[in-house]
Amino acid sequence: MTDGRRWHDMGGDAAGPVPGDEHDFALWEKRVDALMILASGAGHFTVDGLRRALEDMGEKAFEEMTYYERWIASINQNLIEAGIYSIEELGAKMEEVSARGDTYGEAADAS
Amino acid sequence: MPHDHHDHSHEGMSPSGHPYRADQDGPLSYWQNMEIAVRELLIEKGVVTPEQVAAQIEAMDARTPANGAAVVARAWTDPAFRARLLEDGSAASREMGFDVGPMKLIAVENTEDVHNVIVCTLCSCYPRNLLGLPPDWYKSRAYRSRTVREPRKVLSEFGLDLPDDVTVRVHDSTADMRYIVVPARPEGTEGMDEATLATLVTRDSMIGTGVARLPNS
Amino acid sequence: MQADADFAPGARVRVRALMPPGHIRTPAYLRGHVGEVERVLGPFGNPEKLAYMLPADKQRLYRVRFRLADLWPDADAPTDTIDAEIYAHWLEPA
Repeated sequence: MTDGRRWHDMGGDAAGPVPGDEHDFALWEKRVDALMILASGAGHFTVDGLRRALEDMGEKAFEEMTYYERWIASINQNLIEAGIYSIEELGAKMEEVSARGDTYGEAADAS
Repeated sequence: MPHDHHDHSHEGMSPSGHPYRADQDGPLSYWQNMEIAVRELLIEKGVVTPEQVAAQIEAMDARTPANGAAVVARAWTDPAFRARLLEDGSAASREMGFDVGPMKLIAVENTEDVHNVIVCTLCSCYPRNLLGLPPDWYKSRAYRSRTVREPRKVLSEFGLDLPDDVTVRVHDSTADMRYIVVPARPEGTEGMDEATLATLVTRDSMIGTGVARLPNS
Repeated sequence: MQADADFAPGARVRVRALMPPGHIRTPAYLRGHVGEVERVLGPFGNPEKLAYMLPADKQRLYRVRFRLADLWPDADAPTDTIDAEIYAHWLEPA
């Protein structure tokens, strides 16, 4: 946008019909939601910080990632910024998780 | 997340140990991996405990549109409560025993002349303590973009065609407040008790994209 | 709580027509437009600071009511309105 308006600030834009489909949330999505509430409640970041990182991820992320995929990316961004853990620690942990199995159940239950 | 017309119990969704099989068996995605990693790091760092995460999900599952419906039904039957709800939505909800946390709630009332509808154009703010997690369409580009520009067309897509002499008031949740619509009490419900009335109050009627159900419909 | 408010309910206010980058809770579609204060809320921490974990000043929050017809030339109906919450530092007298 050349006028400076940001992608998430979409009130008034033209768009298609409102989609009617809904889905129930998966366990991992609920866990993301819970982590947001608990980590922000502990004072490590704010709901505005969550939104700020979501906005900064850009329009492509909005179109291509699901809601809670964007949330965990934003939560992680805020926790790195807050110094709760390092990028190196996160990288090592994600490697460890991958090695546990091919499904969410296997990777999550091994802890 | 129960949908309207299906406010049943959470079969298969209890946090007690056996639920959620379906999504556990799919291939591990990058973002699911990140969720596990972030959660375990937060536990290792002492920021959260597994019990807190489980309790949070349990509380999340307990928040359904039935909570909001109980508040609306009380407002329909108790004029003093209705006045308190419109004055201070959070205090009135707490009075009914609902844990609305730090949520700052404004209740807006539909009348013969006014229809209210809630949107969040900047993200997807929603009165989750009273209605649970928001439906997908509430978070969609179409709903967020169009509701502040052509609310009547949007409502019409939900099957709600409002007469010209009804004013539409759109509420954009831009900042600290959250909103719930108190739908108009349907005709033919005189003498119904509060619990029966609550079954007529749909989730969408409390967002403003619907109206309360008629009895026996 | 409203004693120090700059605008009373009913006051005509204009949303400042600025377009800086960053985390802002004032929607672009309202900037430059005039509405009427519906009620006075807050004060609440300024989200433009909270988003970056900076010490946040407290801002009065106003619910401002706009006429759809003032915002959009193709508005559905002339009496329809939009209420939005706007922080004090985004408002000026109109």
